[in-house]
Amino acid sequence: MKDKKKPLSAEFTKGLLKENPVLVMLLGMCPTLAVTTMASNAIGMGLATTFVLVCSNLVISLLKGVIPKAVRLPCFIVIIAGFVTLISFVMQRYLPSLYQSLGVFLTLITVNCIILGRAEAFASKNKVLPSVLDGLGMGLGFTLALLAMGSVREILGSGSWFGMKIPYLKHDPMTVFIMPAGGFFVLGCIIALVGKLSHKKPPKEISCENCPAAAICGKDREDCSAAESEAAE
Amino acid sequence: MKELIIIVLTAVFVNNVVLSQFMGICAFLGVSKQLKSSVGMGGAVIFVMVCATACTYPVYILLDRFEITYLRTVAFILVIAMFVQLIEIVMKKTMPGLYNALGVYLPLITTNCAVLGVTVANIDEDFTFVQSLFNALGTGLAFTLALVLFSGVRARIEHSDIPESFKGVPSTLIAASIVSLSFMGFSGLFS
Repeated sequence: MKDKKKPLSAEFTKGLLKENPVLVMLLGMCPTLAVTTMASNAIGMGLATTFVLVCSNLVISLLKGVIPKAVRLPCFIVIIAGFVTLISFVMQRYLPSLYQSLGVFLTLITVNCIILGRAEAFASKNKVLPSVLDGLGMGLGFTLALLAMGSVREILGSGSWFGMKIPYLKHDPMTVFIMPAGGFFVLGCIIALVGKLSHKKPPKEISCENCPAAAICGKDREDCSAAESEAAE
Repeated sequence: MKELIIIVLTAVFVNNVVLSQFMGICAFLGVSKQLKSSVGMGGAVIFVMVCATACTYPVYILLDRFEITYLRTVAFILVIAMFVQLIEIVMKKTMPGLYNALGVYLPLITTNCAVLGVTVANIDEDFTFVQSLFNALGTGLAFTLALVLFSGVRARIEHSDIPESFKGVPSTLIAASIVSLSFMGFSGLFS
C-alpha cells in the first residue's frame, strides 16, 4: 500500500461499486436481508452502519500503534460496540420509530463483518485520513446496496416507495417480497445482475477467503482452511 | 413445562433464526456445503448459545443492579468472545473427542450474530433464566435444522444446469428463498 500511492479519492470510491461490501464482497448479509423491507429502514440502517464504520476506522487508525497485536480483535470489538451503543442512544432519542423497526439489528451492527473486516484489513494498517475515507466509501456502498434491496422489496411488496403509494401497484402488492423468502430472492437476483454487468464471475461461495472474520477465527487463516478440509473429508 | 416446550418449538419452526430472522447468514451460507460440517457447526452453535446465555443472563442482572444496562452490547460481546476461547481451551484438554467433532467450528462462532442476537433477544423478551436457556436451545436447534435441510438442497444444486450469471452465490440465495418459503407455512402455529 505504501509503494503504490493511490489517490485519496480512490479509497473513497472503491467501496461504492468496485469493492461494494455487500454485492461484490458478500459481507454483512444479515442486516442486508433483515431490515430491507422498507427503503427508509434500509437508509437508516445504512447510515447508522456508516457512522459506526467511520468512527471505528478513525479511532482504530489512531490507536494502531498502541493496541498490542495479540489482543487487537477484542479491542476492535469493544471500540465498535461502544460506537454502536452511542448511535443507538441517539436513534432512540431522535428517531424512535426507526429505532423500533430496526430492533435487535441495531445492536447487531457490532458483529457486522464489514466493520470488523475494514478495521482489520485497512484501518489498522493505514493513516487516519485514508481510513476515514475508506470507512465512508464502504459505508455508503453498504447504504447503496441496502437502498437498492429496500426499494425493490418495498415497491414490489407493499406497492410504495419511502411510504409514497405507487399507482397500479398499490392495490395488489406481492406480499411475498417483504417476507423473508423475498429477501433471499431479491438479494440473489441483485448479486447476479451486478455480476452480469461487471462481467465478473459471481463468487463461487462464501468461504473464508471472502470473510474478514477469518482473522478473528482463532489464530489464522489456516484454522479456517483446516475447518474446511475437515468438513470435506 | 408446556410453556418451555412451546418456546423451543416456536424458536425452531415459527421464528426460525436463519430463515425468518436472518441471523447467522454468513455461517449458514458458508458451512452448509456438506451434511457433516452442517451437523458439526450446528452442534457447536447449540452448545455455545446455551452456555453464552447462561453467562450473559447473570451479567445482565449485575449491570441492572448498577443501572448501567446500556453497556450490555459491550459486555455481552466480550463475554461471548472470552467464553468461546475458554470453551476451546477447556475442551481441547478435557474432551478431545468432542473437540475433534466441534472444535474446528468454535472460532467461527464469535462473530456469528445469532449468538449475540439470542442473548439480546432473551433480555428483550423478558424471559426468566430457565426460559432463556430453553430459548437458546431452541434457537440453536433451529440453526442446525436450517443448516442440515439446506445442505441437502445444495447438494442438488451443485449438479444442475443454472444460467451462467446465477452460478454460485445467487443460485444458493434463491434456493434459500424457497426453503424459507416452506417455513412460512409454520407461521401462526402457536399464536
